[in-house]
Amino acid sequence: MLTANRLLDGEVVYWQGGDWQPDFAAAEIFDEAEAAKAALDAAQAFVRDNKVVGTYLFEVRKEANGVAPVKEREIIRSLGPSVRRDMGKQALMPVPPAAAKPVHETSPPPPYPEEPDVSI
Amino acid sequence: MPLIKNGAFVEDRFVFIPEGQAFPDDGGVMVSLARFQSERDSIIAHHRPVCVRLAANENPDVLKDDLPNIDAIALEFPIFRDGRAFSWARMLRERFAYQGEIRAVGHFLYDQLAFLMRVGFDAFEVRQDFRIAEFSRAMAEMTYVYQPSVDRRKTVMQIRRGE
Amino acid sequence: MYRYDEFDAKMVRERAQQFRYQVERRIKGELTEDEFKPLRLKNGLYLQLHSYMLRVAVPYGTLSARQMRQLARIARDYSRGYGHFTTRTNMQYHWPKLSEVPDILELLADVEMHCIQTSGNCVRNVTADHFAGAVAGELEDPRPICEIIRQWSSFHPEFNYLPRKFKIAVSATKEDRAAVKYHDIGMEVITNEAGETGYRVFVGGGMGRTPYVALEIGKFVGKEDILAYLEAILRVYNEYGRRDNIHKARVKILAHQLGADEFRRQVEVEFAEIKRHGTLHLPPEELKRIEAYFAPPAFEDLPETAPEFEAAVKADAGFAAWTRSNLTPHKAKGYAIATISLKTIGQTPGDASAEQMDGLAQIMEDFGFAEIRVSHEQNLVFPHVRKKDLPAVYARLQALDLGAANAGLITDIICCPGLDYCDLANARSIPVAMKLQERFADLERQHELGEIKIKMSGCINACGHHHAGHIGILGVDKKGVEFYQIQLGGSGAEDASVGEIMGPGFGKDEIVDAVERVVETYVALRAPGERLLETYRRVGMTPFKNAAYQEQMYAAY
Repeated sequence: MLTANRLLDGEVVYWQGGDWQPDFAAAEIFDEAEAAKAALDAAQAFVRDNKVVGTYLFEVRKEANGVAPVKEREIIRSLGPSVRRDMGKQALMPVPPAAAKPVHETSPPPPYPEEPDVSI
Repeated sequence: MPLIKNGAFVEDRFVFIPEGQAFPDDGGVMVSLARFQSERDSIIAHHRPVCVRLAANENPDVLKDDLPNIDAIALEFPIFRDGRAFSWARMLRERFAYQGEIRAVGHFLYDQLAFLMRVGFDAFEVRQDFRIAEFSRAMAEMTYVYQPSVDRRKTVMQIRRGE
Repeated sequence: MYRYDEFDAKMVRERAQQFRYQVERRIKGELTEDEFKPLRLKNGLYLQLHSYMLRVAVPYGTLSARQMRQLARIARDYSRGYGHFTTRTNMQYHWPKLSEVPDILELLADVEMHCIQTSGNCVRNVTADHFAGAVAGELEDPRPICEIIRQWSSFHPEFNYLPRKFKIAVSATKEDRAAVKYHDIGMEVITNEAGETGYRVFVGGGMGRTPYVALEIGKFVGKEDILAYLEAILRVYNEYGRRDNIHKARVKILAHQLGADEFRRQVEVEFAEIKRHGTLHLPPEELKRIEAYFAPPAFEDLPETAPEFEAAVKADAGFAAWTRSNLTPHKAKGYAIATISLKTIGQTPGDASAEQMDGLAQIMEDFGFAEIRVSHEQNLVFPHVRKKDLPAVYARLQALDLGAANAGLITDIICCPGLDYCDLANARSIPVAMKLQERFADLERQHELGEIKIKMSGCINACGHHHAGHIGILGVDKKGVEFYQIQLGGSGAEDASVGEIMGPGFGKDEIVDAVERVVETYVALRAPGERLLETYRRVGMTPFKNAAYQEQMYAAY
């Protein structure tokens, strides 16, 4: 997958279909290194345009119920702090994850609010 | 490159002469430290304006005996984060009482102009698109200073003490 | 405490405006991220895993009630209701938006606060003994000189683009609570043979990848010369500190490579030059003027103890335990220094909610406390509490969930934010700290174990000071999985030492058991009155190591 942080608010975003969006579950998965590299190149237009910073690719692997990042760092980025389940992306999920593993559902992802409600 | 001096764009009186290239017949020249050191006598004998360009790791201490013969010293920023030239400029002004031009060249930012001015730089090679109004803006961002420096601005401590 | 005059006030206002302009230019694209990053860091703004993080300076760890209320307000309005007190006595807010940061700076300026130089390769927030001005045996309050250093270092035109960050701490007692020998410059207030007060100056301490205890460079620097001396050190460092390798760029590398004698010689050359110039001379009247701001409150003439205090100790076991661990003798009769633990079991070490901050400010107002301190151990301190008020203050702290009786004990764990928040981290530290706190939650056991300082960092940068922990824990990453190395024998106090690494790391489900086995080994081996640190220094690593890896050894058979 391809990820970055949004310049204006620092929100973690993922590449999907030529643009960025904040939901891990909706992120594009690249099976081929070439396609991933092409996306990374395309993403630089958003860096030049001062929309996102720090673009990079990270590894995910298939798990029983979907796809999850290989590294703890990306698991935490996709959810929020593991010590504050009420903060970050996990706070906005319809069902908070029980374990510290995000799941990339094969079914369509739930709608994700564009502007996180910070009072949650 | 556009050159700012005394808050205004000015004509550059030096032409940088790369290694191995011959000097023009007349006019001011800017040379590297190595070139200056190897051709010192002939450069000085020519009585033309001369500017020595120092890399960030070249301590201007090596020029101290030649300073009366040098019209300008250009201190290079390989990247704006490399702050050695801030100390070199100050050393030239305070320790060696150097009165010639000290010019900032290379990669430095708008956000450093006020500090550069404070430590003794008085000339700045800026990007083509640099607007002169920005220079005055940079100088006006902070009204007071806490430290004594080359610019002899009154420090907050001095103002408080009524000096 | 220090109050801004019109000059200080104008400078923080103008800094806020300057930063607003930098943010505007970044958003418009006039600054690239590579250019903006060092600029935003100089104003304490990081981009971390989930969001931006803004670090607010709490100079020498001193805050007023008004400032604490403002910190609460900012937490509520911009940081989802909480903030984090750090090992450098600063306050960190997660979650602010880039465009909101200039507004936060304005709010800080309203209460004489700022984020100036809380990060970046410049002189950072100056720290001091958190018991300054209250503790017995102090030569003088170190904070006036800290304030003078704060002003001298703020917007220093020559030293804002150093090879790397630069941290200064000052202590004025035999006991070192400011970890001066772990700083780039550590200053100890001392008296010379002539009876004059001045500073012993250490250079080149630090943690991180290569921990060093600082070298003594200035044996005695007079007060009037101290700024000139600091400037000389900074100049040597700015000119010759390494810039080719970020891991070797701190002054500790330069100082230890040159050795104390050569480093001192170079400093003396610059020092002579600066003195010859004369402009950095610190006039005694100016020092006196600043000292007046830090004059202690008028202490009442009180008896040694108070009946209310004695009665509460007898009646309430919880209060009695708190007085044992969280009180420090005060220099004035009838007063005490009270440490407020931010290590309540089950809470993130160092975090405080907006409600807690407001509650603390209310206590300060109700009891007339002019100030509260932030300690480098991520706790807070009421420096001057009348003993007779202690039961009431304790009850109020308890109501805020801030009454943990664990200061200096095993659950008073220093801990960086780690991989839960930090972009640099390799492993989480908070959840491990919380599990350790749960394991050792039994108050009687904690008090029985005595002073044990556990310090944990989630990466080699050592924000959690693991090198200086009696038990240090370092989180490492092995192929995306978290492991935890144990170090023993570190100290950040007057007996400073760098902890020794025990061996390979433990998994996140093994580390708590391993620490417990280390602690049990101490209990079995300790001589009467001996702390874990002393037992380790006496018996060495072997018995601790054997015990810690015991389970793995069995598993191998």
